[in-house]
Amino acid sequence: DDKLLSEPLGHPDFFNVKELFSLKDLFDARVHLGHKKGCRHRFMEPYIFGCRLDQDIIDLDQTMQHLQLALNFTAHVAYRKGIILFVSRKRQFSHLVESTARECGEYAHTRYWQGGLLTNAHIQFGPGVRLPDLLIFLSSLNNVFESHVAIRDAAKMNIPTVGVVDTNCNPCLITYPIPGNDDSPAAVELYCKLFRMAIIRAKDKRRQMEAFDELR
Amino acid sequence: TLRLIYTTTALRKRNVGASGPEKYTEAFIKKQIEEFNLGKRHLANMMGEDPETFTQEDIDKAIAYLFPSGLFEKQARPMMKHPSEIFPEQRKIQWGEDGRPFHFLFYTGKQSYYSLMHETYEKLLNVQKHQDKLSAQDLLPQKEKRNLAGSRWLTKIELEEMLLEKLSDNDYLRFIQLLQKLMAMPCGDMEEKYIQKFSKEVPAQLQKVVIEPLKYDEQGVAFSTGEGTRKTAKATAIVYGNGTGKFTVNGIDILHYFTVLQDREQLLFPFQFLGRVGKHDTVCTVSGGGRSAQAGAIRLATAKALRSFVTEKEVEFMRQAGLLTRDPRVKERKKPGQEGARRKFTWKKR
Repeated sequence: DDKLLSEPLGHPDFFNVKELFSLKDLFDARVHLGHKKGCRHRFMEPYIFGCRLDQDIIDLDQTMQHLQLALNFTAHVAYRKGIILFVSRKRQFSHLVESTARECGEYAHTRYWQGGLLTNAHIQFGPGVRLPDLLIFLSSLNNVFESHVAIRDAAKMNIPTVGVVDTNCNPCLITYPIPGNDDSPAAVELYCKLFRMAIIRAKDKRRQMEAFDELR
Repeated sequence: TLRLIYTTTALRKRNVGASGPEKYTEAFIKKQIEEFNLGKRHLANMMGEDPETFTQEDIDKAIAYLFPSGLFEKQARPMMKHPSEIFPEQRKIQWGEDGRPFHFLFYTGKQSYYSLMHETYEKLLNVQKHQDKLSAQDLLPQKEKRNLAGSRWLTKIELEEMLLEKLSDNDYLRFIQLLQKLMAMPCGDMEEKYIQKFSKEVPAQLQKVVIEPLKYDEQGVAFSTGEGTRKTAKATAIVYGNGTGKFTVNGIDILHYFTVLQDREQLLFPFQFLGRVGKHDTVCTVSGGGRSAQAGAIRLATAKALRSFVTEKEVEFMRQAGLLTRDPRVKERKKPGQEGARRKFTWKKR
């Protein structure tokens, strides 16, 4: 059992997430497009490549590194049978995100976030609830263009976060930010596809390792 | 400064009431059902009936016989019902042994409502795709106007019962708007089965008052009956087709029964309104009430009986004249702290 859990931690890319995406895929899905210069958040300046005609362009090399780290982390969490919660407050993609979560066998929350969901869980759900072990934000803003309450709550409850941060978002409290576009349908579909493949790969790998263990 | 180091379990225990209503486990409910069935058979043996054919009604009668209670509230009396009616349907624990919840929208709080919205939205998207395909080939079907009066949507309470979850007014409105949008689309008929789950048939229309046809007695004379009430007086009247205008009440002629002119005017008003004063014979029985009340009751009874002799237009005229309305005014009760129904005691300044 110990070997099962400690073996993947030895490799830098045990699940080989690098082959899931390439720079061309990101460019074709228009991930590099940010908002206008006026909407820029101060803490996003390191991730921005430049500005063309007032529109910010996100540095895709940095995005590649961050995306690889984030996908690797989600795969490890899924391998260790953690609960993953997809959060997004964009009405356009709410259905897509919920379907992705359902296909992975994980959970989604694309509706109004009630204040005490994470911090007051024992009273809202009942004693003995298990909280999510990872939150994935496909859009870290809520409908009023402020940071989602779940980022702060997850930080309070020591839950790691992975999030797609656009040029107007605050990447501060997110453990694995992914600078990239969160408004285009193509970009969001790409992210959903990548997360889904990573999680399914990790779960299949886990089942394989358990089968090997039983055979011995 | 002092710092609290040691606490007892009593101090750390949170508010007991905050955990919500008691949740019943499946094993507990199963045991209750077994006990109920055993008890039913015992009761049948006690009453001398056959245990196999002992229905719920028999149980109720037996309990009412064995445990008579004078309480007014029916639900406070002793009762013996199937546990599924007594213990409200609740949701059992939502997660498995490893802690992972069963439903993928569990962490939203209102999982059944949001999964319903998700499903309905999926159906909407499918219908839109289908529509786009058809419109690309110009094959859109024409929408016929559906009958709106025949069905209604489920009410908020019925939806809450269906989902076993509390809903807010906004949530309910949103759901109904989604359903209406789905129904309004040209290809919405594809999902009719799904929509029918959330709509109910409105029962039959307003009951139309049936006017009874004329009856004929042994000599071939046409007659019809009518009943009327006013305050506490009840009256039944039989109006004969041919006649000279004789009017008998309880076997006594109206001149002797109703001495006051006002009462006799009331009795003759229906005939005078229709212009048939001397043409009908009437025999009536009346009981209860006072002088005026009895007169009003007989007036209503005769008007109802005359409906069978008269065209529909004239019935409508009678209704508009107020001849066919039962007067709802009754004596108002006296309240404590007051002299009468409305009169208060004399106000004294000191």
